Amino acid sequence: MSTRLANGGRLLNKSRALSFKFNGRNMMGYEGDTLASALLANGQVMMGRSFKYHRPRGVVASGGEEPNALLGLGEGGRFEPNQRATTTELFDGLVSASQNHWPSLEFDVGAINSKLSRFMPAGFYYKTFIHPRAAWKHLFEPIIRKAAGLGAAPKDRDADRYEYTYHHVDVLIIGGGIAGLAAAKSAAAGGVKVMLVEQNAHWGGRAPVDGAVIDDMPAQDWIDATVDELSALDNVTLRTRMMGAGVYDHGYVTCYERIADHTPGDGRPRHRLWRIRAGHTVTATGAIERPLSFAGNDIPGVMLAAAVRDYAVNWGVSVGDRTVVVTNNDDAYRTAIAMKKAGLDVPAIVDARPSVTSALAQEARDLGIRIAEGSGVAKVLGGKCVVGVEITSQAGEGAARETIACDAVAMSGGWSPVVHLWSHCGGKLIWDETHSHFRPDPDRAPLGDKGQAFVTTAGIASGAMSTVDVLTDAYAAGKTAAKAVGGKATRKGAPKAAAEDEQDMAAVWLMPQGAGYDLRSKTWLDFQNDVKVSDVQLAAREGYESVEHTKRYTTLGMATDQGKLSNINGLAVLADALDKEIPQVGTTTFRPPYTPISLGAITGEARGELFMPIRQTPMHDWHVDQGAYMEPVGAWRRAYTYPLKGESHEEAVNREVKNTRENLGLLDASTLGKIIVKGPDAGKFLNMMYTNMMSTLKPGKCRYGLMCNENGFLIDDGVVARIDEDTFLCHTTTGGADTIHAHMEDWLQCEWYDWKVYTANVTEQYAQIAVVGPNARKLLEKLGGMDVSKDALAFMEWKDGTLGGITARAYRISFSGELSYEIAVPANQGRAFWDMCLEAGEEFGLMPYGTEGLHVLRAEKGFIMIGDESDGTVIPQDLGLHWAISKKKEDFLGKRAQLRGHMTDPDRWSLVGLETLDSSVIPDGAYAVEAGTNALGQRSMIGRVTSSYYSANLDRGIAMGLIKHGVDKMGDVVEFPTIDGTGSVIKARIVDPVFYDKEGAKGNV
Amino acid sequence: MLILECPYCGVAADETELSPGGEAHLVRQGPGSSDQELESYLFGRKNPKGVHFERWRHSYGCGKWFHAARCTMTLEVFATYSAQTPVPPKNVINAIKAKRPDWEGWT
Amino acid sequence: MSEAISVLNGATFDGFVSIKEAGLRGMISVRGDFAAASFTKAVSALTGADFPAVNEAKFAGDYAILWMSPDELLILCAYENAQADADKLAADLAGEHALVANVSDARALFAMSGELLREALMKLTPANVSEDAFKPGQVRRTRLAQAAAAVWMLEDGSVEIMCFRSVGDYMFKLLCNAANPGAELGL
Repeated sequence: MSTRLANGGRLLNKSRALSFKFNGRNMMGYEGDTLASALLANGQVMMGRSFKYHRPRGVVASGGEEPNALLGLGEGGRFEPNQRATTTELFDGLVSASQNHWPSLEFDVGAINSKLSRFMPAGFYYKTFIHPRAAWKHLFEPIIRKAAGLGAAPKDRDADRYEYTYHHVDVLIIGGGIAGLAAAKSAAAGGVKVMLVEQNAHWGGRAPVDGAVIDDMPAQDWIDATVDELSALDNVTLRTRMMGAGVYDHGYVTCYERIADHTPGDGRPRHRLWRIRAGHTVTATGAIERPLSFAGNDIPGVMLAAAVRDYAVNWGVSVGDRTVVVTNNDDAYRTAIAMKKAGLDVPAIVDARPSVTSALAQEARDLGIRIAEGSGVAKVLGGKCVVGVEITSQAGEGAARETIACDAVAMSGGWSPVVHLWSHCGGKLIWDETHSHFRPDPDRAPLGDKGQAFVTTAGIASGAMSTVDVLTDAYAAGKTAAKAVGGKATRKGAPKAAAEDEQDMAAVWLMPQGAGYDLRSKTWLDFQNDVKVSDVQLAAREGYESVEHTKRYTTLGMATDQGKLSNINGLAVLADALDKEIPQVGTTTFRPPYTPISLGAITGEARGELFMPIRQTPMHDWHVDQGAYMEPVGAWRRAYTYPLKGESHEEAVNREVKNTRENLGLLDASTLGKIIVKGPDAGKFLNMMYTNMMSTLKPGKCRYGLMCNENGFLIDDGVVARIDEDTFLCHTTTGGADTIHAHMEDWLQCEWYDWKVYTANVTEQYAQIAVVGPNARKLLEKLGGMDVSKDALAFMEWKDGTLGGITARAYRISFSGELSYEIAVPANQGRAFWDMCLEAGEEFGLMPYGTEGLHVLRAEKGFIMIGDESDGTVIPQDLGLHWAISKKKEDFLGKRAQLRGHMTDPDRWSLVGLETLDSSVIPDGAYAVEAGTNALGQRSMIGRVTSSYYSANLDRGIAMGLIKHGVDKMGDVVEFPTIDGTGSVIKARIVDPVFYDKEGAKGNV
Repeated sequence: MLILECPYCGVAADETELSPGGEAHLVRQGPGSSDQELESYLFGRKNPKGVHFERWRHSYGCGKWFHAARCTMTLEVFATYSAQTPVPPKNVINAIKAKRPDWEGWT
Repeated sequence: MSEAISVLNGATFDGFVSIKEAGLRGMISVRGDFAAASFTKAVSALTGADFPAVNEAKFAGDYAILWMSPDELLILCAYENAQADADKLAADLAGEHALVANVSDARALFAMSGELLREALMKLTPANVSEDAFKPGQVRRTRLAQAAAAVWMLEDGSVEIMCFRSVGDYMFKLLCNAANPGAELGL
């Protein structure tokens, strides 16, 4: 059983005890503990259950590569599932719980899957759930859904704040071990702006644990001195708790800073996502130890050898009293030595190498540790904890030579450089035979915007395996980086380390090498996803040759740790099964982020009221205060209707449209786009933009125009006013203001750049208010100012002046058929003008109306709406707008495309009005079908409804639609099947789309 | 996440400050063009593995459209230049050839 | 004449930098040929300020000229005088190909000040706003989070930020959030 040692724990502050909870139990730890070390100190080795078989899982690593110790942390608004105990700093009051089990961690019903594991091989789901189909829906899916997933999703709103920070540096160094520190020294000496980030709370990485000696100092002293030295430099920024998450094109790097995970609720943002543009990036990301593949290697208590050492040295925790070390390399001997020096038993070092004669081996022997050479573990004994190991000959098939009682196993299969960040943006790898790992190929680095290498690796991340090599390589990497961004290369030498004499490792991918099926089917590669050696071998036998396919078929490396421990071992097994070399099989793709980052960090500030910019008109607050129901129109919020107390939205709309036709309505039309187009060639330019002729428009007049894209399709419409000879003001739809302005600029800048035309988008300069209804003129006359009489301001004219003392431009235009003026006033006086209208309009029966009222009123008049009658496949001709398409003009955008055969096809659907026989409202979007059935026994579709409303003024449903040969079928009845499943149809008569005031008498006053 | 230097204001613009506009140097086909010419203008687009010419707008900046010559494989940017050029200018062609001697040239 | 009211009516916030809606400011958008002496003269005559180079702002009393694009300037002036100034400039440029538009009401304007204002900006814009890259007298058009904005530095520790009026409310909340005490970067 694991426990706290009396001595050791270089990262602990033992004067500050912290209390925390695990699965409801109170536990104690110290400041400096991780949650994993604190749990181990409390005897808790088992920390979770695996994903597929629900097998007991103990912590296996001590860092970000941990696949097993995933816990739910926090409560309520601060609960978060799947957090790695190994990277969670302990704080007072921390609450944690294990996951993926029911009813409890110790007794889990789901563990039956483990007993059935031989019936759940690789590809089990694919193979099983194909037949019978009904079983999927009623049997398999409900069970899988209940069992799937690790932690539970949070239920409460996240209580914390998150943010982004964009940053620009010359050299970004990721990883604050001795390699990162050495690289920072040389990069900083180059006189460039350097940022050094470290994912943990401490600098220096593993060197102090391994007992390295640098520049004749113990590693920790050198680290402290170097950090002090770097901190004092103006051109260096140091940050801990900040992980390099991803490397992207053109030197873009994301870093994940965990600011307040260990101080929750202190008011600071919890996480910060740094989006850094670095001239050059140095990845000093270290290496990860590989597990060894032997039967029972997943039993709690089997851990990576370096992790066992970390827990002892860093946190004063022993994983067990009797630790068997099993290895294929020298490094694990340091663990055995550390254990022994901590006063613990090491019954044996089981080394797969036939003979071991290195200095470390000698030191172990001198401490009285027995070394079993040429040996391997046949199997680990135990269930929820280790009770012993069977030792066998590595060369054999697993016959037990002896059984050693122990309560922990420290395994080491060698070290793999962390190449993730190097690989994210295209850095290539080479296979290093000596160390049995992939390492970055410096000749094939990720390339930046100038084709230059923009990432350099440093230290063990480069594949430098001794302290001497690490420092030399890293110092050179810092120099390279500084030079790459125009700094100078320092002439100083790299820090020096005492030489370490290590014996070569041996490649061991299966232990023992001839292990039979029984052993292989209990030999885990991926601890979290339960992928075993036998699964990968099965996949190979079934024809999965690509490592990417094998990954997906077996789920190897697809867990939240993304195969940090399992990938190399897995592909070695695959290579062996395929009888190929490992480099031929290759690796799976490394994708950001390096370890999971919070959704909060990815979201940044964009949540709640900052989720997206909501555009507001000058009268927005009034609408909201009135209790208007606001609807999104593009990024704007517009009042849909203004319900009175007790009124439904429907009733409110009916009241608004009736009142507008009978008395006076007021509409906030500020969102309509307004673009000034000015210059000697403005008329010529607008002739190209619009389908109609705009150059002939007289100053003082307005004209309704249509815009098409080059494909001929209708994209926008609006009223154009000619201000003077050189100047036009183009109104666009609400959603079109920015896109149409950009569209105009595109043509002006890229096609007709010799034409003299300037545009300006003045949409927001004006509050625009539509005054609509029989009493419209009376209201404006009461406000006083400009003459708005029939003669002074005729239909489709505009004029400047004042109204109620406010500078105003009045357009006599109508989207309702009523007597109507649109009044543009400076936005900052918009609210004042609106209030003035409300007050003055009271005697004329004024009521504001919203966007739904606007729709009903325009539909009653058969006016089209972009986005309803048009959908990107409709040309103006479909809508009967031939009158707005100039035949005189040689050219306009879309003209050529509208001549294509399909566009002139008489079978195109055309716009008509639709009157239901029973006066009901046809569902919007309903399809019209032909009588009878076609050759397939189906009803042929011949049209669809584009707009449909209840018209309170006509007391009936009205609709417009596009119907095949529609305009030739006036008076015909078409059928619209309902989708309520009854097979019923709605019948409607094809009519003229103008339902109200056909002769236009109401506006002509 | 690209960085492109706007040739009009000199700002090294982040990709999120730009809007893409597709292939550059298309020749507009208006009335009088054949169906084939129109089809190619509207829909025919190159999709090269390697050197490519693109339109970009510095939409969150000076608002100007410009052209970029870029490698679609490595994302190397050979040049950014004025949008008011019907064909890639000589200096851009030279810049590309210096980096990609095997490039077959602009067509 | 009814009193004009700016979008947030002078709202303020004190975080690790201070933010203030700067109230009413005259703004005139001008487009024309920067190479034409008549154009640059007319602009300088109105404002009394030097003609700005690329990405520059030039100040003179109530006036400023901001470089917006190779053929667009923004003139800042007193709000009350904006229309008269715009009319005067348009008259001076009559006969030339130029566009003058009073856009004083189309924008929201914020003043941000404090030693750490670069840190607040760094949270919102991908533009390089470090001391080396963004200096007093410079204008940077960019985005702040999801809204287009122009930022110009008056002096170290003081910038003005302009965005469209309709997103003024978003911008103010965004700036306040970025300036929240406790969110200093400590660079």
